[in-house]
Amino acid sequence: MEIKETAVAGTLESSDIQIMITKADQGISIELESDVAKQFGQQIKKVITDTLKQLDIDAAHVKAVDKGALDCVIKARTIAAAQRATKTVDTPAWEVL
Amino acid sequence: MAETKERLRRTMMFVPGNNPAMVKDAGIYGADSIMFDLEDAVSMNEKDAARDLVYEALQTQDYGNAELVVRINGADTPYYHNDILAMVKAGIEVIRLPKTETAAMIEQLEADVLAAEKRFGRPEGSTHLMAAIESAKGVLNSPEIAAASQRMIGIALSAEDYTTDMKTHRYPDGAELQFARNMVLHAARAAGIAAFDTVFSNMNDPEGFYRETEYIHQLGFDGKSLVNPRQIPMVNKVYQPTQAEIENAQNVMKAIEEAKIKGSGVISMNGQMVDRPVVMRAQRVMMLAQAAHLVDEEGN
Amino acid sequence: MKNSVNRQLPEEIMQQLGYQAFQSTEIGSPDIQRVAPKVHVSTGNDKLCTSLEEVVKKTVQDGMTISFHHHFRNGDFVFNQVMRIIIDAGIKNLTLAPSSLTGVMNDLVIEAIKAGTVTNITSSGMRGSLGDFVSHGGLKNPVIFRSHGDRARAIEHGDIKIDVAFLGVPNADRLGNANGMQGKAVFGSLGYALMDAQYADKVVLLTDNLVSYPNTPASIKQTQVDYVVQVDQVGDPEKIGSGATRFTKDPKELKIASLVNEVIVNSPYFKEGFSFQTGSGGAALAVTRYLRQAMLDHKIKASFTLGGITKPMIDLLDEGLVDKVMDVQDFDKGAAESMQKNAHQQEIDASWYADPDNKGAMVDQLDVAILSALEIDTKFNVNVMSGSDGVIRGAVGGHQDAATAKMTIICAPLVRGRIATVVPDVTTVVTPGDSIDVLVTEYGIAINPKREDLQQAFSKVRSLPVYTIEELQQLAAKKVGQAAPLEFTDQTVALVEYRDGTIIDQIKAVKD
Repeated sequence: MEIKETAVAGTLESSDIQIMITKADQGISIELESDVAKQFGQQIKKVITDTLKQLDIDAAHVKAVDKGALDCVIKARTIAAAQRATKTVDTPAWEVL
Repeated sequence: MAETKERLRRTMMFVPGNNPAMVKDAGIYGADSIMFDLEDAVSMNEKDAARDLVYEALQTQDYGNAELVVRINGADTPYYHNDILAMVKAGIEVIRLPKTETAAMIEQLEADVLAAEKRFGRPEGSTHLMAAIESAKGVLNSPEIAAASQRMIGIALSAEDYTTDMKTHRYPDGAELQFARNMVLHAARAAGIAAFDTVFSNMNDPEGFYRETEYIHQLGFDGKSLVNPRQIPMVNKVYQPTQAEIENAQNVMKAIEEAKIKGSGVISMNGQMVDRPVVMRAQRVMMLAQAAHLVDEEGN
Repeated sequence: MKNSVNRQLPEEIMQQLGYQAFQSTEIGSPDIQRVAPKVHVSTGNDKLCTSLEEVVKKTVQDGMTISFHHHFRNGDFVFNQVMRIIIDAGIKNLTLAPSSLTGVMNDLVIEAIKAGTVTNITSSGMRGSLGDFVSHGGLKNPVIFRSHGDRARAIEHGDIKIDVAFLGVPNADRLGNANGMQGKAVFGSLGYALMDAQYADKVVLLTDNLVSYPNTPASIKQTQVDYVVQVDQVGDPEKIGSGATRFTKDPKELKIASLVNEVIVNSPYFKEGFSFQTGSGGAALAVTRYLRQAMLDHKIKASFTLGGITKPMIDLLDEGLVDKVMDVQDFDKGAAESMQKNAHQQEIDASWYADPDNKGAMVDQLDVAILSALEIDTKFNVNVMSGSDGVIRGAVGGHQDAATAKMTIICAPLVRGRIATVVPDVTTVVTPGDSIDVLVTEYGIAINPKREDLQQAFSKVRSLPVYTIEELQQLAAKKVGQAAPLEFTDQTVALVEYRDGTIIDQIKAVKD
């Protein structure tokens, strides 16, 4: 799936993560800001990458500002941002989620 | 009616669907039902994000024994269908329809839910429904609404919209809600489903909260919708049976046991026959007593 | 070398500094010798000075140990004034031995370290930029962290030999009679500073409020003071306390507090004349409110409360639910201001409060302590010193000391954000699991297996969800996932003493 526009989901509240997805030529790159980057940085990036792949997105740049979100929140915010960026909010791919 | 076994529904705690901290912690307060809100608590441009968040949480978080409910957006909104699809796929126990005015709305919801169950391979009929009554029309139609589907487990009165519709507002004595409360309650009881009273949002008025909860407890409501977890122990306190009620219920339960052992179809206590309403009341008292930790699981 | 809580310790450094490894929470009954300060004899008529600079230059020399108190907390104007002069005078190799370091002091401490002015630090704790600086190896010699009781012990033993103490007070007369209760920058009890006043060779009072002689009540006495320096302002009243201590509205903290209350009420200690201490965290404070109701319901009164005091505690005193408040410091204005009006609010020094090498400290008489934790492990060891990233960001405070109570309750959320509070092994052991009896989280409680009596007492309480601590740890891990292990270098940046002066753990520099 193709990124059509830059989109954001999530907030900067505690336990949340803000995900911003922008267009990229190829591959998935992630810029992560998190107080728990030392302990969970790899895991956070993995959840974002896996979720994007699940949605069939293979080229995107992600900027993530994490405030201690659990995996399920990271996944939900990535899905929301991806759907907004691919303009599929009204027609989500429920079968792959 | 979907419920065969009676379930305690003293407290239905509202959880804003787009708030990760609250969604994550919703299970720790001991609410009988947790209601994730995709409707009024979520702004227009976050409807999709809230839906995704609740969807993921339902599949990963452990909410213990609480009954899980989602308030979806109404059929007149663009979010309604995706809300149903996501929640049915996530395996939600109960979908709550806001601003229900007619039985037809529930029938439509049932059809939409059934389609979703089929699409995602969920057991048909596994998604239960409930209706929020928020207008004069809804109140007057509540008997039909309550009986509109086998999936219905309850109806709830929502007083904010209702009082506006009635050209009044909420007063401390609740006189403006008298008719609606009794109507909704009767509709629920006639259909054999649960009745939930409206929220009480002033956290700085615990006396008022207790007064209202004692009143709806006396009327016969199953419980109350709640906006703050701090209200849960307060409601539970009101619904906690007295020692005398518990002892009486224990005697009835003993009489039932004795009748079973004797193989007798007639339950008697102190030489008097115990009839069905007494048995049912005793069972409910024991359930409430257990939930309040006043007796153990064996009822002692 | 490992100690009895299985912590790897730096043998060489400990040998150099003459340290033993922590073995046991038992203090025993040894005979010990206390030290006494030097006295420069004077009639007291020439103590008053207007030039702080003059006094600093007259008293402080290279290699000395200087001290401060932290009763002004983040409203402190004393520390930075004095340190500025010391740094500018080019004085080197000082040991900084304050009762604790607050955030407002951080910049000058870092500057003093970089200038070579300060080469050793002992403190109850440190936070923010200073903790970060030290955790990254900014100070060559390891910081020594001591509890409030241990600092009193170390001063009495001579382990900390204070050459000059600079003590800010909101009032003093020309001979140095002073208290913390009157004036602009009032903070109530002078508890920690009383140790410095009694044991330092030179005591310099700084005040913005010179009152007529003789000043009473005198917490610090003229017999202890060498100089009284008048300054413009000793502290910012707005930043000393937290203003009015408000009860938390956070439902999770309230849930924890209500469970703590159930633990207390159902324990064998909840009876007429019991005593308790609460920390200053949100949940710990909220316990006071639940406990108040429980005391009213059961018609039970407490004989005393202890430690850092807040207004809600004073309210219990005023209501007659508590007989005495034994007050080593005050966390808010309400508590600070009530001290001079209330004879039952007794100012106590750190030794009386918590020094283990004593003829009886208050903590030895304590029934129930309610304390917080950054981390607690499956051995019930508690960390209140280093963050989940390994960086120093806390204080021992009275944690080890109050944990001497007959029943010590740790209240903490199971997870904070994505960080588990209940872990297999804490990052830094501050208080050994042997002193901890019950953990209370929002999900339920865990009882130290050593306390079979409590296991039995609480198993009868149906409303208390009892788990093993391993179960709570696994529940936390399930929620947050597997954290990558922290990485440290070989440099020891701090040693944590147990209250008896042995080493319970070390803190190493973080690898970034």
